[in-house]
Amino acid sequence: MRGLFEKFFSQPPSKSAALAKERLQIIVAHERGGRRSSPDYLPALKKELLEVVRKYVPIDQSQVKVHLDREGGYEILELNITLPDEEQRQIPARQNSSASA
Amino acid sequence: MATVIVVTSGKGGVGKTTTSASFATGLAQRGYRTVVIDFDVGLRNLDLIMGCERRVVYDFVNVINNEANLNQSLIRDKRVENLYILPASQTRDKEALTKEGVERVLGELKQGFDYIVCDSPAGIERGALMALYFADEALVVTNPEVSSVRDSDRILGILASRSRRAEQGENPVKEHLVLARYAPERADRGDMLSVDDVLEILGIPLLGVIPESSTVLQSSNAGVPVILEDSSEAGIAYNDLVDRFLGKTLPHRFTSVQKKGFLKRLFGGG
Repeated sequence: MRGLFEKFFSQPPSKSAALAKERLQIIVAHERGGRRSSPDYLPALKKELLEVVRKYVPIDQSQVKVHLDREGGYEILELNITLPDEEQRQIPARQNSSASA
Repeated sequence: MATVIVVTSGKGGVGKTTTSASFATGLAQRGYRTVVIDFDVGLRNLDLIMGCERRVVYDFVNVINNEANLNQSLIRDKRVENLYILPASQTRDKEALTKEGVERVLGELKQGFDYIVCDSPAGIERGALMALYFADEALVVTNPEVSSVRDSDRILGILASRSRRAEQGENPVKEHLVLARYAPERADRGDMLSVDDVLEILGIPLLGVIPESSTVLQSSNAGVPVILEDSSEAGIAYNDLVDRFLGKTLPHRFTSVQKKGFLKRLFGGG
C-alpha cells in the first residue's frame, strides 16, 4: 500500500545528494591542496636540476624528485636527489685513471 | 601513430572493465585496429568479460619477461574484427610490471594498432600507475557516489603529476569522464548526485553517461561486452560514447527521467 501511495504523491525531495555534493566539494578542495594550480615550472625545474647534478654525478631521471606541498600559509618545495652508491660512482673514475696511466 | 587510452577510476567495482571491454569493442567495430590490455596482474577479469577466458595461453607478464611473443599472447576476438585482448597474468605479482617492460610491449603494439586500451586495476599501486603512465588519454570511470567521486579526483591528480606526459612536461593526458551506474530518477529525487553535480566537482569533460542497467550483469554473465547488446540502454550509451570519443557531437541520453504514462506510474515497471 505504501508503494502505491508514494507513486501518486511523490515524497518531498530528500537532501542526501545535496549533502553528498557539499561534503565532496570540501574534501576534494582540501585534498587537491593546490594541485590543480601547482606551478607548471616543476617539470622544467626537475630537468635543469638533473642536468646540473649530472655534471658532477651520473644520475638518471628517477633519482630526482621534486615535490610541492602546501601547509597552512606556507609552500614547501621539496627536492630529493638520490646519489648512486660510492662503488658505482668510483668505477668509471678508476677506469679513466688507469687509461691515462 | 597509436593512441594509448587508460580506463581508470581509483575505486573498484565502478565499471572499469565493463567500460574497457565495450569501448575497445566499439572502436574495433568502427574499423580501428584495437587491443585491450588487462593490467590487473593477479586478479585478471577482462578475459571473462570479453568471453575469452578459455583461450588464454600466454599473458602480458610472459611478454614482458620475453617468455612469449605478442603473436602468441594476443587473443583475437571471435565476434569483432580488428579486436585483440592481452590478458593479465593470474599467478605473478604486480612487481612483474616494470616500466621498461610495459614501455617495450606498448612500443611493439603501437606498430600494429590504432588504439591501445589499458584496463587499470583499482587502487593507486603499481598496476594502476603502470596502466596510466604511458597514456595519451584517460577515461575516468565514476559512479554518482561520494567515495567514487573522491577517488576519481585523486586519480586525476595522479594523471596530472605522475604520468609520463606530466613527467616529461608534454601536453597533459586528455581526460574524459564516464559516469556509470546512473539512475536519473534517483538523481531527480535528490537521492543521488546528478550528472551536473559530478561535473561541477571533477571539472573534466563528460564523454558518456551509462545508465544503471540489468543488461550489464546479464552480458557479463554471458561474456559479451554490453556494447554488443545494441538495443539495450547501456549498449546504446556505450555506442554513443565511442562515437563521441571519435569526434561526433551527440546529445547525452539517459540523463533525465523518461516520462511514464499513468498506468506505468500506477503499476510500476520500466
